[in-house]
Amino acid sequence: MAENNNYKLTKRDRFNVFWRSQFLQASWNFERMQNVGWAYAMIPALKKLYTTEEDRAAALKRHLEFFNTHPYLASPVFGVTLTLEEERAAGKDIDDAAIQGVKIGMMGPLAGVGDPVFWGTLRPVLGAFAASLALSESWLGPIIFFFVWNIIRMAFLWYTQELGYVQGGNITKNLSGGLMQKLTQGASVLGMFIMGVLVPRWTSMHFPMVLSRMDVPAEEMVDFSGIAEAANEGVISGDMLRGVVAQIQSGMSIEPEQVTTLQNTLDQLLPGLAPLLLTLGCVWLLRKKVSPITIIFGLFVIGILGYVLGIFG
Amino acid sequence: MSIFTVILVLLVAFLAGMEGILDEFQFHQPIIAASLIGIVTGNPLQGLLLGGTLQLIALGWMNIGAAVAPDAALASIASAILVTINGASISEGIALAIPLAIAGQVLTMFVRTITVGIAHGADRKAKEGSFRGVEMYHIGALMLQGLRIAIPAGIILAVPAGVVTDALNSIPAWLTGGLAVAGGFIVAVGYAMVINMMATPKLWVFFALGFALSAVGDLNLIAMGIIGVVLALLFLQFSPEFNQGGGGGGNSGSGDPLNDILNDY
Repeated sequence: MAENNNYKLTKRDRFNVFWRSQFLQASWNFERMQNVGWAYAMIPALKKLYTTEEDRAAALKRHLEFFNTHPYLASPVFGVTLTLEEERAAGKDIDDAAIQGVKIGMMGPLAGVGDPVFWGTLRPVLGAFAASLALSESWLGPIIFFFVWNIIRMAFLWYTQELGYVQGGNITKNLSGGLMQKLTQGASVLGMFIMGVLVPRWTSMHFPMVLSRMDVPAEEMVDFSGIAEAANEGVISGDMLRGVVAQIQSGMSIEPEQVTTLQNTLDQLLPGLAPLLLTLGCVWLLRKKVSPITIIFGLFVIGILGYVLGIFG
Repeated sequence: MSIFTVILVLLVAFLAGMEGILDEFQFHQPIIAASLIGIVTGNPLQGLLLGGTLQLIALGWMNIGAAVAPDAALASIASAILVTINGASISEGIALAIPLAIAGQVLTMFVRTITVGIAHGADRKAKEGSFRGVEMYHIGALMLQGLRIAIPAGIILAVPAGVVTDALNSIPAWLTGGLAVAGGFIVAVGYAMVINMMATPKLWVFFALGFALSAVGDLNLIAMGIIGVVLALLFLQFSPEFNQGGGGGGNSGSGDPLNDILNDY
């Protein structure tokens, strides 16, 4: 390196990197994955740190190496790399391998945190909550989803990048010190609990198939014919209506025939049992490496057959 | 349908396509994408309801590592157009969304392969030290991802509405009925994907608890969320794997003043 540049990255520079880091995956490719996006986000800093064409070419080359992690968890890596580049530009002995080593070393464990926390917990929980609002025709659904998600995301990107920048190399120690593991475990507990909640609520499976029909004995049925006669003769009284209500409340049947469907029987066992078994079956299939799309098509076939045979409705 | 509507629909489609790869602002998530299509086509309620339903199905669609998930962007944009403009029912929209998600997945894999060439173009610009050149290649790739959704959306818009409606009407009743039934429970696959990613033997008890509370109780989701957070915090406090270092070891005084006092004696 020809010259030493003691430039310190300003908050504005770091903000520009943060803003561009949101476009990390734009040119995601199967060869080096997020590499161009990484270089793209580093450019505002590299521009300030390196002035000669030679230095700039070398800096770009080193940041176009393979990189791939969870797009949000790249932020602490950006922070650390900014510190390293700053020191390197100031003449410290930090070679390309050291910078690449830090990036590769951090990306694996961080992706392991980001996937369960953001994709596995936060988005399903927030998405399910928003969907329940949307299905009750409330526009708060999409609005809450959009704003809550983006506020959390942007705050996370900015503060973890700053944390990485301030802490520099020390951050790896902090991250491996159990904090990340705690975060992942806590998120997984919440996620598993909410999934348990969602399974019986929003999986709609109805089994209208009739298992048995039974005639209800006359004395166990609400006396509708009596009240209908009274109404026709115009002699209906409040007491008669009260009597009918009392009969209904005491559990007498209002139908002449008692129909038991498959649904009734299942609900007596445990409400939501069928969705539970279906979900567990899907988990089992996924563990057997069956692709989700295959399972979805299989369920469509089952749905169509069940509908034609009258099992589902 | 005015030219203005067409432009807005294509714009929303382009936005969803870009987000399908970025995964940042979430414009590709059904609840946002289908609602936006509903608004610009003048059928907001249809879009909102379709978006809410598709969102539940797509809960578990996530890009992990280099694996590409079914594409929520094409699924929500194309089926929202069919529902809000061509008059497909919401359950037909859901059924159509699944093959569309696979088509979108194939398209994004195609674009992700083309971008290998873009990365090499960026290498050449890097050799010249040209920041501008690298930026151009990067943004160009993003445009391709936007077009990946905008072009199919344009094709659907270009087909005369009558043709699409006739095709939809010619679907027999047993098929639409069956698809509607299946649409009610394919969310289970989404749940299973999320569970499959998180589940360790220890965590199944929390799933069981959530299920029991939900199946027999009437607590709403906010109450459930609070219970879930409390459980997570309790788990972290009491699980032995997190207490070996902090609680048992040195009296760093992090969380337990009583223990510190006792240790002093």
